[in-house]
Amino acid sequence: MTAAALKNEMDTTGFNHTKTWQKICTKADLVAFSGVAAWFETASGPAQVAIFYLPVDPNAATLPGRATELYALDHFDPFSKANVIARGIVGDIKGAAVVASPIYKQHFRLADGQCLEDESVTLRTWPIAFKGDAVWIEG
Amino acid sequence: MSAKNLSAKSGSAKNLPAKKLSMQTTSTQQQLIIIGNGMVGHHLVEQLVENGALERYQVTVFGEERHRAYDRVHLSEYFSGRDADALALCEEDYYALSNVELRSGEAVIEIDRAAKEVITDQGRYPYDRLVLATGSYPFVPPIPGNDREGCLVYRTLDDLDAIRAVAETATTGVIVGGGLLGLEAANALRGLNLDTAVIEFAPRLMPMQVDNEGGELLREKIEALGVQVLTECATQRIEDGEASRHRMVFQDEKILETDLIVFSAGIRPRDQLARDCGLEIGERGGIVVDNQCLTSDPAILAIGEVALWNQSIFGLVAPGYQMAKAAFSTLVGGDTRFAGADMSTKLKLLGVDVGSIGDAHGNQNPGARMFRYLDPIKQEYRKLVVSSDGKKLLGAMLVGNNGVYDTLLQYYSNGIELPAEPASLILPQSGAAPTLGPGALPETAMICSCHNVSKADICATIDGGAEDLAGVKIATKASTGCGGCTALLKSVVDYELEARGVDVDKSICEHFAHTRQGLYDIVRVEGIKTFTDLIEKHGNPDTHRLGCDICKPAVGSILASCFNEPITDAAHIPLQDTNDTFMANMQKNGTYSVVPRVAGGEITPDKLITLGEVAKKYSLYSKVTGGQRIDLFGARLEDLPDIWSELIAAGFETGHAYGKSLRTVKSCVGSTWCRYGVQDSVGMAIWLENRYKGLRSPHKIKFGVSGCTRECAEAQSKDIGIIATENGWNLFVCGNGGMRPRHAELFATDLDDEQLYRTIDRFLMFYVRTADRLQRTSVWRENLDGGLAYLKEVILDDSLGINAELERQMQTVVDTYQCEWAEAISDPEKLKRFRSFVNDDRPDPSIIMTSERGQLRPA
Repeated sequence: MTAAALKNEMDTTGFNHTKTWQKICTKADLVAFSGVAAWFETASGPAQVAIFYLPVDPNAATLPGRATELYALDHFDPFSKANVIARGIVGDIKGAAVVASPIYKQHFRLADGQCLEDESVTLRTWPIAFKGDAVWIEG
Repeated sequence: MSAKNLSAKSGSAKNLPAKKLSMQTTSTQQQLIIIGNGMVGHHLVEQLVENGALERYQVTVFGEERHRAYDRVHLSEYFSGRDADALALCEEDYYALSNVELRSGEAVIEIDRAAKEVITDQGRYPYDRLVLATGSYPFVPPIPGNDREGCLVYRTLDDLDAIRAVAETATTGVIVGGGLLGLEAANALRGLNLDTAVIEFAPRLMPMQVDNEGGELLREKIEALGVQVLTECATQRIEDGEASRHRMVFQDEKILETDLIVFSAGIRPRDQLARDCGLEIGERGGIVVDNQCLTSDPAILAIGEVALWNQSIFGLVAPGYQMAKAAFSTLVGGDTRFAGADMSTKLKLLGVDVGSIGDAHGNQNPGARMFRYLDPIKQEYRKLVVSSDGKKLLGAMLVGNNGVYDTLLQYYSNGIELPAEPASLILPQSGAAPTLGPGALPETAMICSCHNVSKADICATIDGGAEDLAGVKIATKASTGCGGCTALLKSVVDYELEARGVDVDKSICEHFAHTRQGLYDIVRVEGIKTFTDLIEKHGNPDTHRLGCDICKPAVGSILASCFNEPITDAAHIPLQDTNDTFMANMQKNGTYSVVPRVAGGEITPDKLITLGEVAKKYSLYSKVTGGQRIDLFGARLEDLPDIWSELIAAGFETGHAYGKSLRTVKSCVGSTWCRYGVQDSVGMAIWLENRYKGLRSPHKIKFGVSGCTRECAEAQSKDIGIIATENGWNLFVCGNGGMRPRHAELFATDLDDEQLYRTIDRFLMFYVRTADRLQRTSVWRENLDGGLAYLKEVILDDSLGINAELERQMQTVVDTYQCEWAEAISDPEKLKRFRSFVNDDRPDPSIIMTSERGQLRPA
């Protein structure tokens, strides 16, 4: 399904720029421990979102705070002004899961989009979750 | 005093203390008058402004020149592009915004000490305190005809305007005086495209700074620049010339004709105002001052080149600045005193290094011994003056290369005991020049001269809680000026941290308490094949064990070097930088560039046509690279698989331009075509490129192969350079171009083909094993304990007994090579990665291109 089709469907179902959960892709589209990009509709129009999938092994000993498997952030990198965030390397720095911009290497926290190198810069984030094998996002 | 310090301008109002002062005199304010708006006078004003002394003093500055204070040290740059504004030491409105009254172009003609007033042609100005910073004037020898039109001096911007005006209709110029200022002036005349000659009365140039040997070398170097040098020349008179405007007649009636004459035969203190009002003056001029810069009248101070301290005039700017600081302290009741100044200097005159430290002539210390080194080919001269017991450095002289100046200055100014063989300090080194270990430096050693940071300051910062280099830099500003002390600062900080028992953390990142080399050994010894395994077994348990953008690509590279599994496999893909992930080079707008391999730079017409057709079809910008390949820019992520399908069908394979791996083997055409070639350099280049392609390494690797000693492939600027000889191949290693060029070093000579590749096998694998992440062979080599000799022992003599293993390991990499792109396009699962959006097939609409010179580029 394309973003345009997605929008049509939502228009006919009474979508009027309020927040709503939308199906965005499937688990098979994701890449474990990495990111992919997708289009979706937000309250302020269509947006490119970077989706990161960090599978949690229920049997492995992990530190608290790493229960989340899915993260959704702006795909747009405010430093390079290019849509590339989904293509960055994910990791954890000082206890938080982050992605490094592939262009100028700034780090953004996956949970809240905060840039670690520049306090004044934050990427937007959206709630995202699995429903079975489908990936749903609220925007 | 370095150029950087001098050219730093005083800030405009934005940087000033917020306190706004009234221009009106308040009852508590005293009148302070400064006569002279040169570099030293201006420095005093800066001290007053920056330290809040304007509450106490209403300051008025008189400058005879029409320009506000400017950088006189770099005066010759006035002819190479820097105008008066660029040379100025402050912004135009600095004085007004600081509430300091600057009266430029108003000369003081008298000081009335009884009335405490200074008198100009515009009025009388009362003072409570007076500072004389009148500087010096150029000495013009009393030669008949020295006042002819076109006979000038070199001191002020107006002087330079006059020189320029005369030079417009002149073709030749003569500088009278071969000292420091004379050579500066000669540089200025060259800048005006005049045929220039320098005339010196003494038997050599720069007689104050260098001895006969040094002077002779200096003469050779300066003559090589086209400047004529005449020593032992005393001008008797100047008269009308025949071919030129002036004729200079010397003591032996020899003559020299010229259009322009500049006198630069020394300076004299401008002490006339002080003489006229009865201040104490030295026998040979100069206003006598004490440690507080006070003259014989305690209301009056003198600083800079006009001041005579302890029978000495200081004709350099740095001591002048120190006097300005002492004078400031005196004015505000502080206790900073002028305690004399070291006249050691490091200069570049007409592009020639000249350095002089302490008693450079060795004539102030009876019993002093001297070491001399003279290289007539490289034109370098170095001299050490050491104490009679050989333990202390008393002075040094350098001509042609100031490389060891900083080290020698540390020995001299800190009284550090010399090594057993003092000569080793000035002899040419096979490796890096000897430097003092950080432990040997005394507390007072100046580490960063831009920000005046001593070793003691650094120790205090560390004791105050700074935990690492970054912390020390923030606290002291050290190494944030010119940056010349970066390496020294790091070694001092590391040394001091270790001395305090702080483990200097060499961990690659927070996820592993190992270096890259440590991780490499773990992977090999334990046979670990995935990042997940490695971090589970050896990672820091206090993290989420996700890794980061430092350790993941490093481990990815190690795994590839050891096992050579495709980097696009599911276990490895999250480790890769975006360039490796998509096997193309990301550009600034998020598109990629594509570089197929063109081994040795040899390409068939059919393949060239294919590249053209593909570029045209996918609207790619095309550019020839420095490594003899063709780079196709602007490829969209989703087009990469189609582009590569077409390239592979035409016989191309991936070029690894995106990887930390072998890039190219550049070659000249060699004996096949070239009349000078002695070996088939193209054939060897292609063979080597095919052998090592796909080898993942700590950083990129470049080769060059030249077919003869003419070296058209520039092999000596490569990690591996190969130059053909009549008998085989000479192998050079660890060269680099780029930001820090380094000539490759000769490693082995006259190798046959098999010896050549086996040596390279071992060398590369040893580099892969032991280098740090993102460390090119050149930096690796510079950091290798034992240097080139050690490397030869390991690689050529097998001193570690690992050569067979290194060769075996390389053979594994060679045998398991496969084209990553061919492998990826045959796997639909891997191709899923090459979608801009997983839920929309359209390309990213925000990538916008525009046309330039017939091709597309990012808008």
